Amino acid sequence: MTTLIVNGERRSIEASPDTPLLYVLRDELGLNGAKYGCGLGQCGACTVIVDGKAVFSCVTPVMVLEGRTVTTLEGIGSQDALGPMQRAFITEQAAQCGYCISGMMMRAHALLSRDPHATDESIRAELQPHLCRCGTHMRILRAIRRAAEEMRPKTADARTER
Amino acid sequence: MPTPFGTIYSTNITPDPETGIGRWSEQAFIRALRSGVDREGRHLYPAFPYDHFTRVSDDDAKALYAFFMSIDPVKSSAPPNELPFPLNVRLTLAGWKLLFLRQARFVADPSKDERWNRGKYLVEGLGHCGACHSPRNLLGAEKTSAGFAGGEAEGWRAYALGRSSRSPVAWDEAALADYLARGWHALHGTAQGPMANVANNLSQVDPADVRAMAHYLVSLGKGEGRNDVERTRSGPGRLPQAGGAQAATPSIPSEPGGAIYATVCASCHDADRPLPLGGSRLDLSTAVMDEVPTNLVNLVVRGIPAASGASARPIMPGFGDVLDDRQISDLANYLRTRFAGKRQWDGFAKAVAKARGGR
Repeated sequence: MTTLIVNGERRSIEASPDTPLLYVLRDELGLNGAKYGCGLGQCGACTVIVDGKAVFSCVTPVMVLEGRTVTTLEGIGSQDALGPMQRAFITEQAAQCGYCISGMMMRAHALLSRDPHATDESIRAELQPHLCRCGTHMRILRAIRRAAEEMRPKTADARTER
Repeated sequence: MPTPFGTIYSTNITPDPETGIGRWSEQAFIRALRSGVDREGRHLYPAFPYDHFTRVSDDDAKALYAFFMSIDPVKSSAPPNELPFPLNVRLTLAGWKLLFLRQARFVADPSKDERWNRGKYLVEGLGHCGACHSPRNLLGAEKTSAGFAGGEAEGWRAYALGRSSRSPVAWDEAALADYLARGWHALHGTAQGPMANVANNLSQVDPADVRAMAHYLVSLGKGEGRNDVERTRSGPGRLPQAGGAQAATPSIPSEPGGAIYATVCASCHDADRPLPLGGSRLDLSTAVMDEVPTNLVNLVVRGIPAASGASARPIMPGFGDVLDDRQISDLANYLRTRFAGKRQWDGFAKAVAKARGGR
């Protein structure tokens, strides 16, 4: 059995150790923020944060994550208490179909948590592994810049650190 | 340009009169190219490969000058080099040149055909392949006695070529020409690091010239590589494909590295889809066979980023943020034992630290 700390809670995972993290999050823990896109780590829709770094959950078996901390979209804010990244995406109306957006937010969140002053260039470079077929790229960039402004004074926000 | 001696900054070679080479005559340009002396008479560091460009013909040297003078001038000065004393004194380069620089134009070998000679001219001169693919001595000069025995460039291993090659698959001319022009080959994998840029450049070179280079390089011999490798897998590890794009993972071995391979790597690398859409066959991987772990570690940690352009190119997610140092070592040990029949590399932990630091 694998133990993970998911959004701050210690969880014992029933699924077999070779199960990709994405399936565990969605099917076992009911956290549907991360999406199945390609299953090959090539589209970014499944991105979550592990120990502060953005990773593709579809190609990450839980076996290699024993005892590590996982943050999903549900961990950076809820419908009742939106996080800065989520607020910014809503304000900028950056989602069209929205399928890729969770992954985009998670990677942007990981980037801004370690570099709240990330330049436009580094935001673009960081999000390069994420595909969006609706084409809201310019709004996504605006949303991330907006979130950065909000996150800057309180980068020590406990949510990003756990 | 990071070198074992310090950082050297390449200078402005646009025709800007103040900061570039706009005031350079053709003779000054050709002298710099072949003798490593700038317009003011200062010695240039051999990071600029004049030890190779000395082979370049008059016609090509003049053509290069004409081309450089035709591009738009840009005003920009390189920062000063970061080299320790006494290397920061350019006069020391006079001694280096005395020892190591053999100034001579290329001379064709009349016993070989035109294509071979063309290939050798390009490989030794403008291509300067040996600058990375040959080992260097303590003074940073190529070891002529060990030409193409493998070298290092910008944190990547430049594999041995010819007889010293560790490639499990013998390179033939068609495969090498294809690899040089496209940056990947289904049986040989993907060019990464500085070689990715080389392949990008070669994609714009006359295909006949790329073939000539491949022709010459293949004539140098083939090491231990096999000729009879099938394009698709039919050996151990063949897996049925599951529905959708992901293949089923095999049963998990008890050995930690094998378990990581089975759960993390096998769904692409054992899925029977050839490059560029599947993973390369690791039993055919030079990175796994090589004497140093540099490239394997770089690939595991960073992956292969998507390249721009319309044609399909291999891509791989990096696992540096998923796997910890111990897991990467276990995995490499497994790959090394299973596919190369050899033991884990010495100095593996150092290679991982370097790959993580270099991101």
